[in-house]
Amino acid sequence: MSATLLKVDNLSCRFGGLWANRDVSFSVEQGAIMGLIGPNGAGKSTLFAMVAGAQRPTAGRLHFDGRDVTGWPPHAAARAGVGRTFQLMRVFGSMSVLDNLTTASFVRHSRLRDARRRAREVAELAGLVPVLDSPAASLTAAWKKRLEMGRALATDPKLLLLDEVLSGLTPTEAREAVEIVRTINRGGVTILMVEHVMEVIMPLCHRLVVLHYGQKISEGAPEQVAHDPAVVEAYLGKAL
Amino acid sequence: MSDLLQSVVNGLLIGAVFALVAVGLTLIYGVMDVINFAHGEMVMLGMYTSFFAWSVLGLDPLWSIPLAGVSIALTGLLMYVGAVGRVLGRSPLAQVIVTFGLQVFLRGLAQFLWTPNTRTIPRPWAAGLRWEIGPVIIGGPQVIMAVGALLATGAVAYFMNRTRLGGAVRAAGEDPAAASLMGIDPRKMYALCWVVAGLATGVAGALLMNSYSASPTAGVSFVLMAFVVVAFGGFGSITGAALAGLLVGVAQGVVGLYAPSYTLAAALALYLVVVLVRPQGLLGTR
Amino acid sequence: MSAPTVLHRPSPARLRAFPVRRLPSWTTAVVIVAALAAYPLVFADSAAHNIGILALTFGIAATGWNLLGGYAGQVSFGHALYFGTGAYTTALLVRDGWSPWLAIALSLPLAALFAAAVGWPCFRLRHHYYSIATIAVAEIVFILVTNLPGLGQANGWELPVVEPSLANLQFSLLDKRPYYYVALGFFCVAALAVWLFLRGRAGNYVRAIRDDQVAAAAVGIDVHRYKLAAAALSGAITALAGGFYVMYVLFVDPPSGLGLDLSVSFTLMAVLGGVGRFWGPLLGAWVLVFVQDLTRQEFSGSGRSVDLLLYGALIVLVSITEPGGLLAILQRLWAPVARRLGRASRTETDPEPVESAEVKA
Repeated sequence: MSATLLKVDNLSCRFGGLWANRDVSFSVEQGAIMGLIGPNGAGKSTLFAMVAGAQRPTAGRLHFDGRDVTGWPPHAAARAGVGRTFQLMRVFGSMSVLDNLTTASFVRHSRLRDARRRAREVAELAGLVPVLDSPAASLTAAWKKRLEMGRALATDPKLLLLDEVLSGLTPTEAREAVEIVRTINRGGVTILMVEHVMEVIMPLCHRLVVLHYGQKISEGAPEQVAHDPAVVEAYLGKAL
Repeated sequence: MSDLLQSVVNGLLIGAVFALVAVGLTLIYGVMDVINFAHGEMVMLGMYTSFFAWSVLGLDPLWSIPLAGVSIALTGLLMYVGAVGRVLGRSPLAQVIVTFGLQVFLRGLAQFLWTPNTRTIPRPWAAGLRWEIGPVIIGGPQVIMAVGALLATGAVAYFMNRTRLGGAVRAAGEDPAAASLMGIDPRKMYALCWVVAGLATGVAGALLMNSYSASPTAGVSFVLMAFVVVAFGGFGSITGAALAGLLVGVAQGVVGLYAPSYTLAAALALYLVVVLVRPQGLLGTR
Repeated sequence: MSAPTVLHRPSPARLRAFPVRRLPSWTTAVVIVAALAAYPLVFADSAAHNIGILALTFGIAATGWNLLGGYAGQVSFGHALYFGTGAYTTALLVRDGWSPWLAIALSLPLAALFAAAVGWPCFRLRHHYYSIATIAVAEIVFILVTNLPGLGQANGWELPVVEPSLANLQFSLLDKRPYYYVALGFFCVAALAVWLFLRGRAGNYVRAIRDDQVAAAAVGIDVHRYKLAAAALSGAITALAGGFYVMYVLFVDPPSGLGLDLSVSFTLMAVLGGVGRFWGPLLGAWVLVFVQDLTRQEFSGSGRSVDLLLYGALIVLVSITEPGGLLAILQRLWAPVARRLGRASRTETDPEPVESAEVKA
């Protein structure tokens, strides 16, 4: 068993009287692809935001790479090695794809030349070379998703948080995206992904955590989770 | 003590006009997420309309209220159709800049057409009225302005909160996509906001001519005050703006008693405190 | 093949298809500065020199505004505060017998400090709230300076006329060219400072912040810190304009040094010329100063002025039709010409941009 990279410890988040997350605990091992699933409104995005520093937890602790990082600001998360994508794509619209990647790689390289070199490597890896000079705002949704992934990768993360990068893609686009995720993971990056599309995430992930009404209802290997009665019940009425 | 009471009363009376000016501003903001920097200039144009109704037609400012209201409502419509409506969906910068450009344009227009001189209507009808209640003296123009402004503010609030059309405007503001599914054309609703805001500012302008003078820069202090009121009442809240108008009026009256040069500075400082400490406004819940 | 840097300028032929904006190359800069240097020699009369001096001065201020408002996306309507910091600090020290150069130099860090102090609380506000807050701060300072004793109040301050020399930053009014060249020098300093800031990490970071703050933070950008840095440099540059302006007109009062109209004019110049474009503010300043001068002659004495009317109309028109300002319109007009020129001089096979990107990588 390899070392724990991320440890989520009784994490809770409340908005007014509503618990978006309540006492969620799990850990992500170095080098794993971990899936975070659950029906709509299960609190996946909030949990994600807390790990990325975009949302302050109401209670609980968060450990990354052996450090207690509860309530850290998002830029600190990125510097420490947490890269993330956004479900509603947030690219730097007025900048070219290359500049988007360069901006991200500046977090590891202070010189423009080095940042740009890294950006080009990432573009190669994420398949962004054909659109390198296009302004990000002009890209299609599929390209924007790819750029989101590339940009997160350009920060040289230890942990990559992928927020629904596969949903809304055509089957071909999704297959390509899955391949990219696998390649990134093979390069040594641990991955935590939120996904709706069950068919794609099952073969891709090593482990799954299932959230329902903000709480963890199941965790384990994909086949194991799929047959968990609690999960089946939570998804009742939905095709699993 | 009687001085203080007098300033509180004066503040309440002028505060009603602040409320009327702020209601249009907060309406446009709440529905379209656009800050109308030209709002004060709409008030200024209302004042000029009332002035010329007097100088050309001999109308008392009371009688020119409908004329000013309709004229500025049309001006508002024109501003929306000609400029603001064309930058919807662009960057916040573009939207801020376009209303800012309108402000400069309208002020320049007034200066060009009517020179920078101030224009006053001497002895309007309301100036003949005067009440003394204990130590407090209440002038007719102030009362007319306050009563007219309260009625108009109430009318806008009623329209927005109680009528079907007002509901449609709010729906378009909350979720344009959903509203269009329900058969509401958001762009028409936005235009309606500008008409209503124009009506409100036009009426405010005519009311103000009972005791203020018109000049190309007459709107500046009113719009700055309206920003304060809108922030205080919570951006986008009509009831909030109405109440905050009265409150800011009183605050201004009291500050004016002790430090007359600093009333605007005090109001602006109030704005900063509100947005920095309680961004949802005094009455907002967001 | 060496990797192109931000300095690499796309060929004009590509501008239409690829509106991604780049910083200017050295060649462009040299051509523009050379043209500016030649201006007072071509137009020899004192009135033209006056226009040039004012255009450069306001060009500096608008370039400073553009760094924060255009590149970093924080629309300030209170930049008169920093112009006034430059003007008042310089006036105060020069009246005390200081060297104007030293006085101006000292006003820059002071303005940077003010800009950071305003930004510290206000940058947490969303765009509209922020813009109004900048007005509020600048207007409060305007009212305080007008009313409190110590800074000349409403009457303003005159600066003593001394012997003309470069050290005193005062020259004969018969020949204004020395003023012009000092202004040009200051403009070059300001432009260089902005260029240096924008070309590396900071430039990428502030543009990222303008495009999307949340995403910017997610790639490791300390959003607040970079906004403050942009504000500080922007304030200092605007103060440079204020300091020089007060030495040129030898007078400052609240409306001319701190007024809301002044803040507005910086914004308008940048927007008119091309917001978020390097040379936009200078172009806008030049056009506005020229229009102002023209209309002032036309309508002098009547008390009416047509300049505000024209400014307003121009701003509304430009922001509706071409958000990139006059510079974007010029570039659009220039593109076909450049394409024709380029086709004549270059080889036939000019690859499509997308393909060329693949070839490079």
